[in-house]
Amino acid sequence: MHELSIAMSIVEIAKDYASREGAVKVIGMEIEIGDLSGVVIEALDFALQEAVRDTCCEGAAWNIIPVHAVGRCPSCGKENKVESAFVPCPDCGAYGLQIIKGRELKVKSLVIDD
Amino acid sequence: MCDTCGCGQPEDEIIIRKPGEKGHVHMHDHDHHGHDHSHHHHEHGDHGHTHEHPHAAREIVVGENIMQKNDLLAERNRGFFEAKNIVALNLVSSPGSGKTTLLEKTLTDRKGSNPFVVIEGDQQTMNDADRINATGIPVVQINTGNGCHLDAAMINRAVKQLEVPQGAFLMIENVGNLVCPALFDLGEQSRVVIISVTEGDDKPVKYPTMFETSDLCVINKMDLLPYVDFEVEKLKEYALTINPDITFITLSARTGEGMEAWYEWLETKKNLS
Repeated sequence: MHELSIAMSIVEIAKDYASREGAVKVIGMEIEIGDLSGVVIEALDFALQEAVRDTCCEGAAWNIIPVHAVGRCPSCGKENKVESAFVPCPDCGAYGLQIIKGRELKVKSLVIDD
Repeated sequence: MCDTCGCGQPEDEIIIRKPGEKGHVHMHDHDHHGHDHSHHHHEHGDHGHTHEHPHAAREIVVGENIMQKNDLLAERNRGFFEAKNIVALNLVSSPGSGKTTLLEKTLTDRKGSNPFVVIEGDQQTMNDADRINATGIPVVQINTGNGCHLDAAMINRAVKQLEVPQGAFLMIENVGNLVCPALFDLGEQSRVVIISVTEGDDKPVKYPTMFETSDLCVINKMDLLPYVDFEVEKLKEYALTINPDITFITLSARTGEGMEAWYEWLETKKNLS
């Protein structure tokens, strides 16, 4: 499934940054995954176990931080926590919420071992 | 094991080839298969290795978007298409909605008026590429193995094998899947989601990301409408709540009904590229 290609991209990014810093191993990763990013955290966790195999990230501990979705209403301007992009504004009922948080797919930080 | 060149782990290999081709291009992901022997030694030895050097460990802030590599490559693809006036279309849908039949009919009817080139995506087999090949149009098949979607790197690679002429339509038939392909920008000019009347008319709300990211919704197999409970107006309503800008064409690739509107839409795309 695509969580594996996301996991592999995470490992790629980690490798890039580690080698730029002259590090041999990545021992920790912080990853932000938005609720509306389309990525299932359990599946990503499982995929990461496979993706780190035989790389400089093998043995690393990772922390996947979910980011809850926040939508801004184009009509009333209010920001609310939402479960989906396709719900009406909880304040005024207008559709077309602008998702300002919750679509993140980000490697936030790494712990590297020189 | 791949029986053409003997390479290992074919399930993780992406294979790109043309109909009738003997050899084929592999897209190896060397990092994943791991030919990194030095790290093997670390594992066989000291399990406490990472804990023994805490003073050397340090945190670095990264803040990098995971999709950035794909998105950057997609923009490179897009730039290439724009420079050559190529209209690249990403055709997405569930398996069995009639993407390949729609393509076959389009190519048969329109190949005299325009150059066309096709990229086919499936987990396995050359079946779809062979069908396109039978229309006389250049095609390359990407087999994703266990993969469930096409991405910008695969398109970048496939286009290099194809020699797409100036002003051509590049029709990319994505892997049949209403979920994952939605996340991957290929560098296309437009994304077309194809749904058939034999599916549920509530598909847009069940698979919103795909409908949110598509420009046109083609409703296929209209010849079967009398035999199913599908309501075209309901489908449109659902889709518009997800994406108010999406437009619709109803047709039957099998009978040819409604294909003129699709051909007209294709022509309008030419002027934009």
